[in-house]
Amino acid sequence: MKAAILGKKLGMTSFFKEDGVQLPCTVVEAGPCPVVQLKTKETDGYSAIQVGFGKRKKNRTNKPLEGHFKKNNVDPTQNLKEFRDLPAENIVENKLTIEQFKKGDKVKVSGTSIGRGFQGVVKRHHFSGVGMTTHGQSDRQRHPGSIGASSYPSRVIKGIRMAGRMGGKTSSVRNIEVIEIIPDRNLILLKGSIPGSKNSLVEIVIN
Amino acid sequence: MNTIDLIGAKVIEQAIESRKKKDGDNFAEIPDFRPGDTVNVAVRVVEGEKERIQNYKGIVISRRGAGVGQTFLVRKISNGVGVERIFPLFSPMIQSIAVMRKGNVRRAKLYYLRGMSERKIRQKTK
Repeated sequence: MKAAILGKKLGMTSFFKEDGVQLPCTVVEAGPCPVVQLKTKETDGYSAIQVGFGKRKKNRTNKPLEGHFKKNNVDPTQNLKEFRDLPAENIVENKLTIEQFKKGDKVKVSGTSIGRGFQGVVKRHHFSGVGMTTHGQSDRQRHPGSIGASSYPSRVIKGIRMAGRMGGKTSSVRNIEVIEIIPDRNLILLKGSIPGSKNSLVEIVIN
Repeated sequence: MNTIDLIGAKVIEQAIESRKKKDGDNFAEIPDFRPGDTVNVAVRVVEGEKERIQNYKGIVISRRGAGVGQTFLVRKISNGVGVERIFPLFSPMIQSIAVMRKGNVRRAKLYYLRGMSERKIRQKTK
């Protein structure tokens, strides 16, 4: 069954399974996400459910946004996101809640990876570095080495991996197992790690 | 208390509950113990369908971590070969931890015991 929700990554801890196996787990505070707009094929060209997550201060909400939220009688939320072709059965009391998921489900989690700034090729692309400190070189351990041939083609081929900004991009991990769901606190425990820093927005989806 | 610690506390509670359910009257609380103490750890071993208890006796040479993630490292000499095993403190696979002998040491990590003879270790942890 399709399911989707927005959440906030809280951090990581350990979990003991029934058979005593210790698992690393990430705790995410997910939902409840009020439905802000229902998009349909007839009016918008595609069908989707637009939901919100998190509180937005009144003085940070501009007039057009306020009107948009008012249309569906929803308090302004920090984030807005659309989920395409999500069945209407997932909406309970005009909200997407954590109850869509159950223990053992395999989910896809997307978030913005931790920004690492300007990084060299060893960290960014797992190059092994030029390496040696002997044979006449002593200062090139983490360099990229050659980036192409000489007079032909006389230029660097597009897409050569080099140093640059790393992280801070949308990243997804698939097939993450749901270990536990705590509905009264809107918490979901996922096996292993997920993209993003603490308190960052994540999207949990079953396709 | 933040939510992560709360979840940790809940996981510990769950693990203790599951031990209580399994052991009934034999349930044993986790005692206070420190590096240098000699302990007997009763570990559940699952062989196919059956479950039995295996005892592992040795000196605690390190404790690390906080909350659910706490572990302790037990060293023993088995048939002349040094064996070290790390146990998660709250693991439901541990039936009981019994302190056999209190040690008196000045360090938190007793890695220096690794190269020593048994007699020397006994002197060091007196």
